[in-house]
Amino acid sequence: MALLHTENLDMRFGGLSALEDLNLAVPAGGLYGLIGPNGAGKTTVFNLISGFLKPTGGRIVWDGEDVTGEPPHRLTDWGIARTFQNIRLFSDLSVLDNVLVGFHCRSHATWGEAVLRLPRYRREELDRRSRGLALLEEVGLAEAADQPAGKLPYGHQRRLEIARALATEPRCLLLDEPAAGLNPQETGDLISFIRGIQERYNLTILVIEHNLRLVMGLCQHLTVLDHGLTIAAGPPADIRKHPEVIRAYLGE
Amino acid sequence: MRLLNNVAIFITLAVAYNLINGVCGQLHLGPNAFITLGAYTAALLTMTPAEKTLNFLVTPLYWPLSQATLPFPAALLAGGLVAVAFALLTGFPVFRVRGDYLAIVTLGFGEVVRVLANNLQGVTNGPLGLKGLYPYTNLWWSWGVAVAATAVVAALVNSSYGRALNAIREDETAAKAMGINTFRHLLGAYLLSAFFFGVGGGLLAHLITTISPSLFTFFLTFNLLIIIVVGGLGSTTGAILAAAGFTLAGEWLRIVEEPTAIFGFTIPGIPGMRMVILSLALLLVIIFCRRGLMGRREFSWAGLGRLLRGGLPGSVPGAGRP
Repeated sequence: MALLHTENLDMRFGGLSALEDLNLAVPAGGLYGLIGPNGAGKTTVFNLISGFLKPTGGRIVWDGEDVTGEPPHRLTDWGIARTFQNIRLFSDLSVLDNVLVGFHCRSHATWGEAVLRLPRYRREELDRRSRGLALLEEVGLAEAADQPAGKLPYGHQRRLEIARALATEPRCLLLDEPAAGLNPQETGDLISFIRGIQERYNLTILVIEHNLRLVMGLCQHLTVLDHGLTIAAGPPADIRKHPEVIRAYLGE
Repeated sequence: MRLLNNVAIFITLAVAYNLINGVCGQLHLGPNAFITLGAYTAALLTMTPAEKTLNFLVTPLYWPLSQATLPFPAALLAGGLVAVAFALLTGFPVFRVRGDYLAIVTLGFGEVVRVLANNLQGVTNGPLGLKGLYPYTNLWWSWGVAVAATAVVAALVNSSYGRALNAIREDETAAKAMGINTFRHLLGAYLLSAFFFGVGGGLLAHLITTISPSLFTFFLTFNLLIIIVVGGLGSTTGAILAAAGFTLAGEWLRIVEEPTAIFGFTIPGIPGMRMVILSLALLLVIIFCRRGLMGRREFSWAGLGRLLRGGLPGSVPGAGRP
């Protein structure tokens, strides 16, 4: 049984068809890659799964339930977290606060409890802080906890964005081009980092990537999109040899 | 006395306005609507039936209102609640849009309320306004409310909800991806600010004892906007300092409009000079502290200590929230 699957997912913007007939089946656990040239519709897939776009056709099924058209915050509640291609941190907030915002959606205390600092709120806040610091420790950002997030070096911002997504306690993590703008050294670190969190949190990770070497090394299964169409799917070894994929990437 | 009351009321209004405008980053231009509602509600509820008959000469006041009289605290509370009810009604259309559009929608609601106040003679006595309110507002009430508003808003801003509101200002898309129901959070902040606008309006009415729709034009909103921008958008401390400074300066600068003698020269008073000086002062603040007096920093004892020990100018006097 797939944790997340899409059935004949379609997305058109006016007359432009961004995505046609996508059938993904992401099994629980493991790393799953979504690749394709620019404009292939990869980010559209993420926006659909995370609820930022409503599909014009088809269904998205999460853990056996139809979640098509649900708003983003509810999908996050259900355990789907994401990062963005162009990093979207809360730049003026501190590194720690960024992560604490991630924990907010798991809090039970009401507005009144928060304003009056009632016991449940205080307990939750203490718990959030200690877990937030532990999370920062884990991703190697503990020393920067009080800095504004926008002041971090680029590679650290990427990590913080992933840490912030982890704070929402996801079961499935969508990473949109996590290696964009990183040098080979940083990319290498990132690969082991992603592997590490996948194992530790028993996550299902769906990753969009341009860097073929990265996905080939990282993912157990790949889906290749081109112009909104699925042109190939399978383990990396098969994809590497697939004639359609070679054509899409290298031309005739 | 009246000046100190005024300072307290403007602190209440500015702190509430800063919550929605500075912390949540939504350019809300309709506080005058909520202040009007609070002022009229509270005023109509404290007046005795006899006073009402005296006031409403053109069109008599509609029935239940014409007889009802409540003690001052209950009337203030009612003013706040009526403002909240109006916020609940307008919140749904307002938060369907963002940015400039939100500004225009809220501005529109502000005008709607003013026009209604002008024309619903049977409720508001129209342009004649309400006269001879009992001056219930004293320092206890005005400062009590100011302290309460500040405490509630500061507690909220420094809580998990406040962080979520800050996150919405920084990047609403990312906030949604963090599982924040942005509509609900914004509506919550909007309702809370409306409540304090309403109560502040009630206090204002019972301070100046005569209210009419012309008192609550967009100019009032504009003054509040200046206050929170000068104080530093997002800083409660800044809103308090600027509200006090702005209100006091408006009064104290009256001396420049009176003829004065300096070293034997007699300088004639120039009417309107005080607004010129005030404007220049605002200009200087914005040029030299682009993000307002406090930026987004807050007051803290630790920060004050650092400052007194001769911390570097420009170092962060308020630890805690950035």
